[in-house]
Amino acid sequence: MSRRAPLRVVGQPVPRVDAVEKVTGRARYVTDLVLPGMAHAKILRSPYAHARVTRVDTARARARPGVIAALSGADLTWCDPYFGPAFRDRPVLAIDVARYEGEPVAAVAAVDELTAAEALDLIDVDYEPLPAVIALEEALAPGAPLVHTGEPLAGHFADLSTLRPEPGTNVCHRFQWARGDVAAALAGADLVLADTFRFPPVQHYAMEPHAALAAWDETGALTVWAGTQNPYSVRVELAKMFGVPLGRIRIVVPHLGGGFGSKTYAKLEPLTAALARATGRPVRLAASAAEAFQTVRRCSARVSVRVGLRRDGTLVGVTCDADYDVGAYADIGPRVVQKGTYTATGPYRVPHVALDARAVYTNTTPGGAFRGFGVPQLAWALESLLDVAADRLGRDPVDLRRQNLLAHGEEFAPGDTPIDGKLEESLGRAAEAIGWTQTGAADRGRGVAVMLKASIAPSVSEAIVRLHADGSVTVLASAVEMGQGTRTVLTQIAAEVLAVPVARVTVVPPDTAITPYDQTTSSSRSTTMTGRAVQMAAEDVREQLFRVAAEHLGVPARELALEDGAVVAATGRLAYPEVLAIRFGMSGGELIGRGVVAPGRTAAPLGGSTPFWEMAAGAAEVSVDEETGAVRVERYVSVADVGRAVNPLLLEGQDEGGVVQGLGHTLLEEMVYEEGHLLNGTLLAYRVPRADDVPRDLECRFVENADGSGPFGAKGAGEGSLIPVSPAVANALARLTGVRLRDLPLTPERVWRALRTRGSR
Amino acid sequence: MDASAAREPIRLVVNGRARDLAVEPHALLLDVLRDDLDLKGAKRSCDSQVCGACTVLVDGLAVSACTYLAVEADGRSILTVEGLAEGESLHPVQRAFVDAGAVQCGFCTPGMLLTTRALLDDNPAPTREDVLHYLRGSLCRCTGYRKIVEAILAAARARGQASAPARVE
Repeated sequence: MSRRAPLRVVGQPVPRVDAVEKVTGRARYVTDLVLPGMAHAKILRSPYAHARVTRVDTARARARPGVIAALSGADLTWCDPYFGPAFRDRPVLAIDVARYEGEPVAAVAAVDELTAAEALDLIDVDYEPLPAVIALEEALAPGAPLVHTGEPLAGHFADLSTLRPEPGTNVCHRFQWARGDVAAALAGADLVLADTFRFPPVQHYAMEPHAALAAWDETGALTVWAGTQNPYSVRVELAKMFGVPLGRIRIVVPHLGGGFGSKTYAKLEPLTAALARATGRPVRLAASAAEAFQTVRRCSARVSVRVGLRRDGTLVGVTCDADYDVGAYADIGPRVVQKGTYTATGPYRVPHVALDARAVYTNTTPGGAFRGFGVPQLAWALESLLDVAADRLGRDPVDLRRQNLLAHGEEFAPGDTPIDGKLEESLGRAAEAIGWTQTGAADRGRGVAVMLKASIAPSVSEAIVRLHADGSVTVLASAVEMGQGTRTVLTQIAAEVLAVPVARVTVVPPDTAITPYDQTTSSSRSTTMTGRAVQMAAEDVREQLFRVAAEHLGVPARELALEDGAVVAATGRLAYPEVLAIRFGMSGGELIGRGVVAPGRTAAPLGGSTPFWEMAAGAAEVSVDEETGAVRVERYVSVADVGRAVNPLLLEGQDEGGVVQGLGHTLLEEMVYEEGHLLNGTLLAYRVPRADDVPRDLECRFVENADGSGPFGAKGAGEGSLIPVSPAVANALARLTGVRLRDLPLTPERVWRALRTRGSR
Repeated sequence: MDASAAREPIRLVVNGRARDLAVEPHALLLDVLRDDLDLKGAKRSCDSQVCGACTVLVDGLAVSACTYLAVEADGRSILTVEGLAEGESLHPVQRAFVDAGAVQCGFCTPGMLLTTRALLDDNPAPTREDVLHYLRGSLCRCTGYRKIVEAILAAARARGQASAPARVE
């Protein structure tokens, strides 16, 4: 298109389209929905980290008045009771073996929640405890008890066709990648540093706990109202489980009360659908926040990194050996491991690389996707070690990074998308904003860190845009609104292309019976991929408008433009209702546009080329109470390279939230296990950031060079801000105190102990 | 089921309207509001008085409805998020949250709004520190709180301006 009108709606801080329904309490989440005859479900969970389940007797529970059904794993003979995106290794209810404390063993559906909860006490289960592996070291020890003994079934996730379990061990996937000759490079380096860093298991705590409502209808079709980030993936799981065609399973997604990865892939939907089948009634399963700790968590990791540099600061080689604890079931863990490790070298030019990562089963809550998807664990290690290298070389940490950053257009890996942003700009602006070159207060330390992350590839997004007879617009797309603002962003994109006010556009909530395929709402991909599908669908409608108007006005289509709800030519204008009336010969009918984004597989190392690189820099200024070891982040600046901010207000909110979530695992959060038991699996014991933990001075800024592959030059954002937080804070702490910590979170106790032993090292 | 035999009659004034109910002695205010009165605005999250998602006002005081017995509310006045706006016109606190971008997933929002309402009723001109202190019982996992704090301070300013002429008189 030669017409390049200035943007009208895209780039504006439009208030979110669902804000009013949310501030008035009208927004509906799964647990707000009620169906006639709806039963309520509760789950009985294993008290053991690892045990043989020798008997489950639900007879007494079933006999209790008000109980409609009680199921154990052994009852699920009428469906395929396994699910999981990577491996179908997770039974809907434990079958023979319970593999972590909190694993669902039986479930009850009753007339109300209280009856269901009380009936759980009437279920008799005999367990024979088995030796458990909780820590990575235990799981990886020779002769360790095995979490899984059988051959796992392949899941539905296409990219994981290359999964490599190691039989006879707890390693469920190993990912290796190398370039150049790293041994020779390190042998020839002037400085080689190696260290091991740890990242804790942490809980998403999306404030809305997992929930689903399932109902089978009289035709044998299943509808599930689910709080899920990927309805189309849940649909595949349920189709396989019940042997039902995809078209007879409908997943409807109302508002999500947060996701952060915790609601990717099937979670409670299979059990809820099984209970609905068993009871012949709609069944609602509303988990508690405590049960989220027993459903999914971030994969913890032990990461050993070696870096080799020349005296002048040039990085010559990096090795990374990472063991990720994926818990008792693989979920999407193998992909987290592979994807996170792929960018273990960060946004740097590193000619010689050897990466070796393992996904390790343990008898703990399954690890899955969590904002950052494997990258925070590795950035914590590399970005910490680079500061040590700068110190050893007598170099400024910002300059050392700048010297090694990949440039715009440079190759990251053969066959993958070239670098599509300017990290030096992000780093430079973050450093400037924190006052890097200015002398700071003596009791404050400053640190920086950067990150690079690939998005999911290949992936598919489709969209439909409908222009109605009155000139209003409906967008059908399946990106899930979970707080990030995708509904608003998609509204803006359609409104921009079709030159109508935001208020004239409606984005329909995801419903697999209505809204077209979208692979997943994760990986920061929605604005870029779903957004581009919506843009294409709207452009399809625009071309249809041009065709009709061109013929009617007798001017070539290329001389037409859209303006203020009308097709305009030098000779006149036709409002959309007029165009449609001309097209259909009456007041009726609609124009339907279609957009498909499906880049397909490529020769890139992970099988698809990332649609964009997510890039960000962070700069922290911290203080520490030497008496208590308490670290306080006084100031924090995040700069993300987003191509174009479609909605700066929402984007700022995303990144502020990302930074604070990052502060959680940096300073506060860790799921603590002792002898197989999770000690702090409730919000009373597990401390997430509060308002008074937020740095008084928190700025989130953006680099916008319109160089993204998404609509109007946008690219993904929302994960990048979280990732530099922990290394930036630890680097600041090290520059302030001389103490380098390798284990997160940086609790007062850890910091205090390190400060006490500072002199003796 | 014979549970109804144990039900106790209570009267609540909810969002200005008297409601006569029969509730079980163990019934929580949150369940009565959500299930019996179909007021779904208050949310259940931590279920342990930590997160504030279920916050409603009882006689003007912010309480966690997830741990507050319905019978304890007998004869009292309850304000939920559904009662904040006047018709289609948003309450200044709601307006401030929309304008500041203080809403993301919206799950904490009803509780945040009522907490704010209680704060401003108690302290019409809070400092930033007052706000941070008040929010210790209100979690949000999406926003990073910055825009929520901004919204609360903006709502206080707006209210101060609105009531300023009255003081001048």
